Amino acid sequence: MAQEVRTVGQQAPQTTESGQRPAPRPVFLPPADIYETRDNIVVLAEMPGVAPDGVDITLERRVLTIRGRSATGDHAGYQRAYSEYADGDYERVFTLSENIDRDRIEATLKDGVLNLVLPKAESARARKIELKAT
Amino acid sequence: MTLSEFPRLGFDPFVELRRMQSEMNRLFSGFTPTTRDFPPINIWLGDNSVVVTSELPGVTPSDVTISLQEDVLTLEGARHPKQEQDANWQRQERSYGSFSRTVQLPFRVDADKVQARFNNGVLEIELQRLEADRPKKIEIRAG
Repeated sequence: MAQEVRTVGQQAPQTTESGQRPAPRPVFLPPADIYETRDNIVVLAEMPGVAPDGVDITLERRVLTIRGRSATGDHAGYQRAYSEYADGDYERVFTLSENIDRDRIEATLKDGVLNLVLPKAESARARKIELKAT
Repeated sequence: MTLSEFPRLGFDPFVELRRMQSEMNRLFSGFTPTTRDFPPINIWLGDNSVVVTSELPGVTPSDVTISLQEDVLTLEGARHPKQEQDANWQRQERSYGSFSRTVQLPFRVDADKVQARFNNGVLEIELQRLEADRPKKIEIRAG
């Protein structure tokens, strides 16, 4: 089971290496699919425009934080004429109900979708219990 | 027939009308433009070219068809859910199924010079203005 943690208020923008604050960008909640199999919890989050090196995933105890920074969609020499979506960053926090084997977490980013496979820790896995014949 | 007779019939048209009205109000109060068309599109204009970008997370190039007729660009395709055996779903926020968007471009474009690429779930289509359609500078001859 994964419970979403709603963050109240936005964090102050981090300063870049040059010490300048980047222009404020909107932060989106990426839509996510989460399912559980016998061995894993799988999180699929939509983060279009984010390159693999723009993803930051942290797991602290059972709190999973997903962050993605999208590349700017600006086109040199072009003027924005019509807009239905904005560039921005993605951030979402979930609390997991299972202990995770953090050494075997697998994260891939394909076509703008983050695929996170979180293997359940040995102790959290469902075990089949044999009934003893009496 | 008087009003007082209606309840005896088990049906009061005025009660029914008021119920319908409140039902309509309820329906339309939820009618906000938050239900966006998919996929969302941005259009960028250059001097003699136009770039259409669209957020299509999870869509592969083989899932989408781009077609062009005169100055109308159409994106069609489908998003397929991941098939997983014995999955216990806890959250399903992504949507799946077929989609179609039509965009009217600001000018006619050359269908032979269209470039489309996918970049991290963002489709980018670059179209060049038709040569014959470009604005021409007209010289004024000295009379």
